[in-house]
Amino acid sequence: MRIAWFLAAALAVLSTAVAAKPLKVVGPWEIAGIDPAQSGYVFSRLQVAETLVTADTSGRLVPALAAAWSVSDDGLVWRFTLRPDAVFHDGTPVTAEAATASLERARAGVGVLTQVPIAGIAGDGRDVVIRLDEPFAALPAYLVNFSAIILAPSSYDDAGKVSRIVGSGPYKVKNLTPPLKLELEASRSWWGGEPGIAEVSYLAVGQGETRALMAESGEADLVFSMLPVSVERLRRNSKLDVQIATIPRTRILKVNAGSPFFDDVKVRQAVSQAIDRAGIAKVILRNPDLAATQLFPPALAGWHVPDLAPLGRDLEAAKRLLAEAGWKPGSDGILERDGRRFSVTLLTYANWPELPPIATALQAQLREVGIEVKVSVGNSSEIPSRHRDGTLEMGLVSRLYSIVPDPIGTLLQDYGPGGSDWGAMGWSNEELPALVGRLVGMSDPGARAPLQRRAVEILQQELPSIPVTWSELAIVASKRVTGVKVDPLEVNYGLAAIRWAE
Amino acid sequence: MRRFLLARLAQAGLVALVVGTLCFALMRVLPGDATMRIAAGRYGPDAMTGQAAEKVRLELGLDRPWPAQFLDWLENLVRFDLGHSLVTGAPVIEELKVQLGASLWLAAAALLISLAIGPVAGVLAGLRPNGWADRLGLATSVSLRAVPPFVLGLVLILVFAIWLGWLPPAGFGTTRDLVLPALTLALGLAAVSSRVTRDAVATVAKAPYFAFARHKGLPEAVVVRRHGLRNAAIPVVSYLGLQAIYLVEGVVVVESLFAYPGIGHALVHAIVERDIPMVQGTALAMGLIFVAVTACVDAASAWLDPRLRSAR
Repeated sequence: MRIAWFLAAALAVLSTAVAAKPLKVVGPWEIAGIDPAQSGYVFSRLQVAETLVTADTSGRLVPALAAAWSVSDDGLVWRFTLRPDAVFHDGTPVTAEAATASLERARAGVGVLTQVPIAGIAGDGRDVVIRLDEPFAALPAYLVNFSAIILAPSSYDDAGKVSRIVGSGPYKVKNLTPPLKLELEASRSWWGGEPGIAEVSYLAVGQGETRALMAESGEADLVFSMLPVSVERLRRNSKLDVQIATIPRTRILKVNAGSPFFDDVKVRQAVSQAIDRAGIAKVILRNPDLAATQLFPPALAGWHVPDLAPLGRDLEAAKRLLAEAGWKPGSDGILERDGRRFSVTLLTYANWPELPPIATALQAQLREVGIEVKVSVGNSSEIPSRHRDGTLEMGLVSRLYSIVPDPIGTLLQDYGPGGSDWGAMGWSNEELPALVGRLVGMSDPGARAPLQRRAVEILQQELPSIPVTWSELAIVASKRVTGVKVDPLEVNYGLAAIRWAE
Repeated sequence: MRRFLLARLAQAGLVALVVGTLCFALMRVLPGDATMRIAAGRYGPDAMTGQAAEKVRLELGLDRPWPAQFLDWLENLVRFDLGHSLVTGAPVIEELKVQLGASLWLAAAALLISLAIGPVAGVLAGLRPNGWADRLGLATSVSLRAVPPFVLGLVLILVFAIWLGWLPPAGFGTTRDLVLPALTLALGLAAVSSRVTRDAVATVAKAPYFAFARHKGLPEAVVVRRHGLRNAAIPVVSYLGLQAIYLVEGVVVVESLFAYPGIGHALVHAIVERDIPMVQGTALAMGLIFVAVTACVDAASAWLDPRLRSAR
């Protein structure tokens, strides 16, 4: 009898030990400050905190904390009805007041909500009511952004700062050691049920090579953002599953269309025709399909226009266009016009490791048509900084079009009047801002389609920024786990649905 | 002893003031817009805009005149308050606890491992200069030293994490995580400390008092223990002091390879992001560690070598 007891106890201990084995997740993102505008994406992706609305992997908006939403006929009053069973990790219910407080804070801060013409936010029973100054059909898409996560009142200190993350997702924070480590456990009160694995441990690993080694050594179950050079090797590993998704992120050449070098659209088109996108995509990104033949990748339905004449390489046409714009080769082969050499600085940054090598490839390719490029690798803040003081000539940037799941958000920011830090510079066009302005107020996909198409055509023709390559996200999962899904929008990694393989 | 401690305390105060002032001045001289840098550090390149930078400027009061900002820092320092990080918003002291703490663990582990390898190999080599142990030691030391730490680290990861599967390639928090980064650092340190020890031991072994001890018939082990080790230890201890400081400060590459949250990693980020309180706090902590380590080295040297005490 005693032995049976002992065995039972030992089994119980063993089984809890097995159940308590955490899902080890590794990604490149450090947790620099826990304010939602700063690291909200980590808490949203790892399902600690939730937004009112979320997006599925195809980009369709789906309910999260709000079970349903509606808009008044004049488009000015939005009503988001909270689901009745949502509870924060501290046991308090998710109320309209708590949601209102979180959203008000997001609106006063730095996130995307600052771009929405909000007149006021208020709680009304179980509804969060957002009043607008003018119709803004994309509002639900803006609420998907991580800066709009809903936190419990106990998350804030006396000064109103976020001092800890008390969310409502399937996982709650057990331990946070900024900037590198986050340990989570099942909240046991999530409206969506119990997660498949009770504990998750997230480690930020900045070095891509180390992340690959973590996957290979079996120390990590799920590793995000692999370098292209590692992907081939990892694919051959029989214990690992590599999944790849095209994400709405494009590497673009931001050019100062107000400078004497790029004010002529012919020169911008010539630069575009001098770029060997396929070569860059094949050699640096290891996937020739990533050559950006237009601004948006095929995965962005409604924004990718399949029958648009693709951007491609044509050196002779490029030289002809440059000659038409008045640029003639000088004695050393570098173009000149009115005594000015075509010599420009290309500014980029190393937050994405592939940007500097792409910049040097562009340097060599532009030299072939007589444009001298000096590559300068600096801090990412130098792009907005030099945009503001007008000294930027060219910048190679990696631009995300799903900051809100509807690219209209980024277009509104980047190609509005006067351009913006990461978008157009010194470029003036009246049609595009008007189009974007109309799109913002429209929600019917059928009615939006022709306008979206026209916007893409203008960008393709005018090239205020020159698309270079699209991007993909590579995720490596150990075959120990099942149920891993890649979210191209990187809103939510669906960890709660992951289970240990039998 | 009391005078020694008081002098060191005064030194620590001076270091704090000089380091803080220098950091403050240098961070202002650096080119680039500090507010933009801070905003980029906070929000990352995707969400960082000029608008965000404007809000940061207003929130932090960075447009106040610099003497006012410096006086604030000084006043807080007197109250042992290092302020808050401009990027993460957390108190600098909390960040230091995690990152400096992690660095000290790593440094201690690396130093211990290197002590187990370097001086032992050095004594063996130094007792028989040009013998096989000496030659092997020299070859190993030169090759280990010639390999950059990140390459050495990658080789160790490949062997111990991928092929053998004994240890994790990266991470922190448990002893298992500490082994590989500590070993990477320790091998580099031992490569040099073994040669320093070898030279010190070889010099002692040639000294007349050492020969005399042998001639008077003491067994070899007693000669080495009583007359060799203590004398040879003096230069080695000073050298180890320098190594300890290098360990705390200069291991950024190893830290980032092993995803280890050390102070080097923190300082580099703080400088890039113009997080002045973090830079000042980190540099201050490092300066004070420097003072503490040199004080320990001096005390240890004085204990090892009575001549130093009588000279004072």
